[in-house]
Amino acid sequence: MATPRTPARRKEALTALLFLAPFLVAYGILLVYPFFKGLWMSLHDWELAGNFREFVGVLNYEDLWADPIFWKAVGNTLLFVVMTVPSMTLLALLLALAVNGRGRLKGILRSIFFMSSVFSVSVVTLIWSMVLNADNGLLVPLFRWFGATPINFLGNATFAMPALTVTTLWWGVGLPMALFLAALSQIPPELYEAAELDHAGRLTTLFRITLPSIRNTLLLVLVLQIVGQFQIFGQPHLMTQGGPANRTKMLVQYIYETSFRDWQVGYASAMAFALFLLMLGFAMAQLWLGRREDA
Amino acid sequence: MAAMSTGRRRRTTDLVILGLTAGFALLWLLPILWVVVMSLKPNAELMRSTAGFVPLPFTLDNYINLMKMETVPRWLLHSLVVAVVMTALVLVVSSMAGYAFARLRFPFKKTLFLLVMAGLMVPEQSIFIPLHTMISGWGLHNTHFALIMPRVAVPIGVFLMTQFFRSIPKELEEAAEIDHASRLTVFLKIMLPLSVPALTTLGLFTFIFAWNDFLWPLVSATRADMYTVTVGLASIQSNFAFSEGLGSVMASAVFASLPIMLLFLIFQRFIVAGVAMNAGK
Repeated sequence: MATPRTPARRKEALTALLFLAPFLVAYGILLVYPFFKGLWMSLHDWELAGNFREFVGVLNYEDLWADPIFWKAVGNTLLFVVMTVPSMTLLALLLALAVNGRGRLKGILRSIFFMSSVFSVSVVTLIWSMVLNADNGLLVPLFRWFGATPINFLGNATFAMPALTVTTLWWGVGLPMALFLAALSQIPPELYEAAELDHAGRLTTLFRITLPSIRNTLLLVLVLQIVGQFQIFGQPHLMTQGGPANRTKMLVQYIYETSFRDWQVGYASAMAFALFLLMLGFAMAQLWLGRREDA
Repeated sequence: MAAMSTGRRRRTTDLVILGLTAGFALLWLLPILWVVVMSLKPNAELMRSTAGFVPLPFTLDNYINLMKMETVPRWLLHSLVVAVVMTALVLVVSSMAGYAFARLRFPFKKTLFLLVMAGLMVPEQSIFIPLHTMISGWGLHNTHFALIMPRVAVPIGVFLMTQFFRSIPKELEEAAEIDHASRLTVFLKIMLPLSVPALTTLGLFTFIFAWNDFLWPLVSATRADMYTVTVGLASIQSNFAFSEGLGSVMASAVFASLPIMLLFLIFQRFIVAGVAMNAGK
């Protein structure tokens, strides 16, 4: 880019600078700088409080590589993503198909399924910790009715992770559903009219017209869900505390505990950078997929 | 004739699906209903049994005690201040930057835009530790400033506003430019009024994000009198034995959710439309 030649151009550039300044100052100080500072901290043995810090090079990364809890947390997070993302996407799609279209009842149903996403994570975990409680939970009468002992879902090695998944589905299905609804409303009605003339059945229409038309949204929902669910923190932090026996310990939770419970912010920064690299990997995969779609 | 019976069968199937969905929606609401009902029962009754969806014996004591405690109303106030100020700042900062990227010519524009968009790749969890250290250094934890400012530099807001301003026809500004109106006038008098839909969407999503923000307030607001409702309710969950004061806990959750529920009910049209707008990208 050449430097501005005329006074008018120079004035325009100056105006642009003034318009950009508030954002750029905040962005530089509160995002770009912390990012590099985090990288710098990850090369230190650095304690949260006090002044102890010592340059240790890549030692934190070597420790990370050999840390079984870190790998456990990565594995748990991936398992959670695998359990949540496909079921969330499918549920969102089914609900969108069911409540798509005109009518008062459908409008109300749309609101109901979307509503739970405006609750904050601590309200959602409060509700579901109660629902799943083995002493006085919502399901306890049901267990009693069958003459069974109520299961302590959140303290159970088998059920803790599915319990977090169900909680997350209830909390988060609204947004992907709304994305699907938006995509459905953009399918040209002529396509359906043509299918009707051909006496195409419901399932044929779904697989031949609806799903191919919303393919891009499907991809978008999957990417958003993978990125979003990978960052899970509040649900395990508040509902299971990562237990039982680290079965539901997630990556962000481990970063939080390492920095704010154990005060090892250098080590935690190395983990945070590893998280960034993982997310970058997802983003690259998304770009690669998107490019293939266009070709 | 065959076509007609197919049509009738189709309508019947439609009705069955709608009925099943409605049933599922009731199931979906059941946990919320149950929590609301519990918040309206005396704590002593809840010690005995939490079952049932009828608030009998009925009491408003849980809510009255909540008001006397002052903690929850104070957390609510913090959340409101943080969400309102954050939303206002994000709207101002993003729309100004978006206007520059969409309409003004300046050197290194493309490079700068790419640098800003690169910020989309940085998850907040990978910068919250250095941010915490920085704000500790400034001695600003447990302030509204600390809760708000790190959330103002959001690349997604700049991206949305840039995209929106680009979609506005240039002719509208050219008329003003002939009249020698300044850039600021064009921005304030022409561009912003045309951007109300985009600003509404960005504002609503920022507000909901601010209200529900958890990880950052959890590490920054460590004093109970500076909690936001989201952090406050989390602390109640970790500290309360669930068997005592259950009704009060439930009343806190219901009370703390009222503002965001109200916002949702008023603006739900815009929220869903906003999702549609962003999906169009």
